[in-house]
Amino acid sequence: MSVEVPRQQWASLIESGRVHGSLYCDPEIFKIELEKIWYRAWVYVGHTSEIPNRNDFVTKSIGPMPVLMVRDREGEVRLLLNRCPHRGNAVCVVEKGNRASFTCPYHSWTFANDGRLMGYAFPDGYEGVEKSTLGLSAVPRIAIYKGFVFGSMATDGPTLEEHLGGALRAIDQLCENSPEGEIELTAGFLRHRTKANWKFILENECDGYHPGFVHASIFSIADSKIGELYGGESTALTRDFGNGHTEVDLRPEFRRRDVPLSWFGTSTERLPAYVAAMEAAYGADRAREIMIDGTPHTMIFPNLFIAEIQLFVIQPIAVDESIQHVTALQFKGAPDFNRRMRQQTMGSVGPAGFLLADDTEMYERNQRGLSIRDPEWLFLNRGAHRERRDENGFLVGHATDDLPSRGIWRHYKSLMEAV
Amino acid sequence: MATDGGLLQEVSQFLYHEARLQDTHAYDDWEALWDDDAVYWVPANGEDTDPEREMSFIYDNRSRISLRIKQLKTGKRHSQTPPSKLARIISNIELLDSADSQIRVAANAMIFESNLRGDTVWAARNEYTLRRVGDILKMSRKKVALVNNDKPIYTLSFLV
Repeated sequence: MSVEVPRQQWASLIESGRVHGSLYCDPEIFKIELEKIWYRAWVYVGHTSEIPNRNDFVTKSIGPMPVLMVRDREGEVRLLLNRCPHRGNAVCVVEKGNRASFTCPYHSWTFANDGRLMGYAFPDGYEGVEKSTLGLSAVPRIAIYKGFVFGSMATDGPTLEEHLGGALRAIDQLCENSPEGEIELTAGFLRHRTKANWKFILENECDGYHPGFVHASIFSIADSKIGELYGGESTALTRDFGNGHTEVDLRPEFRRRDVPLSWFGTSTERLPAYVAAMEAAYGADRAREIMIDGTPHTMIFPNLFIAEIQLFVIQPIAVDESIQHVTALQFKGAPDFNRRMRQQTMGSVGPAGFLLADDTEMYERNQRGLSIRDPEWLFLNRGAHRERRDENGFLVGHATDDLPSRGIWRHYKSLMEAV
Repeated sequence: MATDGGLLQEVSQFLYHEARLQDTHAYDDWEALWDDDAVYWVPANGEDTDPEREMSFIYDNRSRISLRIKQLKTGKRHSQTPPSKLARIISNIELLDSADSQIRVAANAMIFESNLRGDTVWAARNEYTLRRVGDILKMSRKKVALVNNDKPIYTLSFLV
């Protein structure tokens, strides 16, 4: 790890309404972030629906580091590190599959998919060696909430539920949109590389100020009502849940419309099977409420963005390089709805998407802009004068305010200052 | 299939023409190459995925191609403002089969892109289904299998 940065240094870089540009482009700060955030805090890894069967595995990540998410032969979900304890070779080089064991190609050490070392070649050379100490390493803590798998590289710390806090509501709200109360990730991920710091992506997810400008090209030609949600007259709210979790709460706008499935730009007539399944599952009244509110637009710190019909995972690679992994959300028991979510996702996000190509263009321009020496700071003060508390005590502001960024930086500072 | 020199020549000229329209951002002319049943497909995570079930970088029908072109023409498609500078080589053109008015063709593409981010080289194995409509060829399907489509890729907002 790089040199410890004195506590006061973070206070000199992160103020309440502005942050210093070096936070996005100093490689030393990036190294400290890996230790204090990515390899310590709870990080979203994957979803249990990606490994439905025993012995399924898929390659995921914590920060720049690959992680194998495995369902072992007993059915338990595990997060293993793909590094042979012998010489460091990868024990698995395919992205996903179904395997009961992993064999290192270098000297044929073989591991069960719970990480245990089962055997090595020519074992007589290892007399006196304790085999049980030479298994694959595991992510020290794993916790699963409604199928969302999180890992923490720290052996102790807050529980996942303590970490998620108020943002649990977003996951609950999302899952309720499925007639079976579960989401699935079954469509595979698009992976979008960008020459930008991960925090530009993180902050943009709940920046309700940019859509009318960055996405003007598509809003002006498609029959989209998204632009109105982020206009000056919008009643939507930005919210800071604490612990770095933020959202744009669009429910006030959807409740004003009072039309089920309007949030998805469609109507109940077009998705009759889904509507029937929702009414059977929740009763007509509750189903109507769920279908008016729709799904959340919530950024769970540091890397899980639930973007209404998509799920994004933000991965830092270097101080100026990141990957956005994105897939369509799928509601268990809703094939007609799911098909539309896949189609809309392919149109709007990923490297060629109508929306995300332009967001990502902005991230790269932001990053390059920081090579210009003056001003040294970024200004995050929009709406500071109109922050208020909602009925649950969370800070809320106008849809277009910088309130989410301020919440992210408040939490970031506390993590970086922690010993 | 047996080489049909005349057909190969005609198809090659069509593919070079399409490449030039893409390289020069001649959006309307490029769109006019498409037939009504168009499928413009850029798969992700391999070449043999099911685009009806799995994510693709692009999986456009005729109306979505039209939307893509309209967006580029607004002048506010920021990732193409300024437009990428492009030159592509289309090579290894091979007639796969032709029956009735349909011709299936394979080709490799190597594309050099220069934009604000920097310079990027793209490589793809392409497959086309062309159709004879009156005196001209139209494109009814184009599949662009980027060789690195199983890895994270940079923004791809020019016409590939």
